[in-house]
Amino acid sequence: MNNLKEFTKGFFKENPTYVQVLGMCPTLAVTTSAINGLGMGLAATTVLALSNAVISSIRKGVPKNLRIPIFITVIATFGTILDLLMHAFIYDLWKTLGLFIPLIAVNCIIMGRAEAFASKNNVWASFLDGLGVGLGFTGSLVLLGSIREILGNGTIFGLHLWGKAFNIFAMILPPGGYMTLGLLAALFSFIGMKRKQRGEQK
Amino acid sequence: MRVFLILFSALLVNNYVFIRFLGICPFLGVSKKMDTAVGMGFAATFVLVMSSVITWLVNKLLVVMGLSFLQIVVFILVIATFVQFVEFFLKKNSPGLYEALGIYLPLITTNCIILGVALLNAQANYSLLEAVFHALGAGLGFLLALVIFAGVRERLELYDLPKPFEGLPIALILASIISMAFMGFQGLIKL
Repeated sequence: MNNLKEFTKGFFKENPTYVQVLGMCPTLAVTTSAINGLGMGLAATTVLALSNAVISSIRKGVPKNLRIPIFITVIATFGTILDLLMHAFIYDLWKTLGLFIPLIAVNCIIMGRAEAFASKNNVWASFLDGLGVGLGFTGSLVLLGSIREILGNGTIFGLHLWGKAFNIFAMILPPGGYMTLGLLAALFSFIGMKRKQRGEQK
Repeated sequence: MRVFLILFSALLVNNYVFIRFLGICPFLGVSKKMDTAVGMGFAATFVLVMSSVITWLVNKLLVVMGLSFLQIVVFILVIATFVQFVEFFLKKNSPGLYEALGIYLPLITTNCIILGVALLNAQANYSLLEAVFHALGAGLGFLLALVIFAGVRERLELYDLPKPFEGLPIALILASIISMAFMGFQGLIKL
């Protein structure tokens, strides 16, 4: 039961993108289409869950003031492994995501979870925490990518929805990324406020 | 001539914050006040230029030894060590700035601009001089972005916004508009 909570809290309550505002760079850069968002999200989830598990398993042997470099090394190692694997097996996606695959290593979500959760909890809970937060991140990326792809390109996951006449090309350019994320963040904070109000009324 | 093209390409045309989306976390975090923005911008520029020199040398070594696949791990560790030095230096020589930058100074390590520029330098096979100018352009572009943004955000504090838009959402929408302006430089420089 408790483990389930560790798993699901990343979806909405501690959503890394809209609530904690972490990992903004890949969020904005790769979400020009839903499929890119999905690929990036799953890549980050893999690194997050595995590095969380490893960090949690070595947490007792790590001296306190050396923990950050050690955590970074663990995360960067998984980042390298993923970079090489993606290069070998899914070359097209690797090419589109480009620089942002190696940059998973410095994604603040992963460092944040290592520091805030994995260095204090057992392996299984840390793995679930990483998986949950990672999937929350993936969800945000897919949402953002879908909106930008629908409005900017008239397609979703490559499926044509309507003719080219309706496309707002700016949505898949950098300004569209900032704009969509800003409006979604406003929406999330609106929902959060409504929930709080309802809670107070009860 | 080519080095200046690289400099201005990194500074304006492919501005790292508005066009390439690197270094967004400190950009959103430290841009609330002008003086911290300037401090962070210069700190990042300094770290960028120095670390790109160091990573350029390290990369040559890795290539010679046939260990290029270790790039990411080694670069991060080198940058982290270097930032630690900068931190000691600032703590001793300018405690005010050290206090003001607070949590964001150690976070320069995980600022993706630094690692991103180091990796791009290695990818593009720049010479040492080109790498330095590339890093300088990226750093000054970051500084420019921070200063513009902090200037607008300081004024924004005074306005009465709809509640859900306060804080992050309006900052992102603002960044979108500035980014649109930077799109105007697109296509000016072809490398």
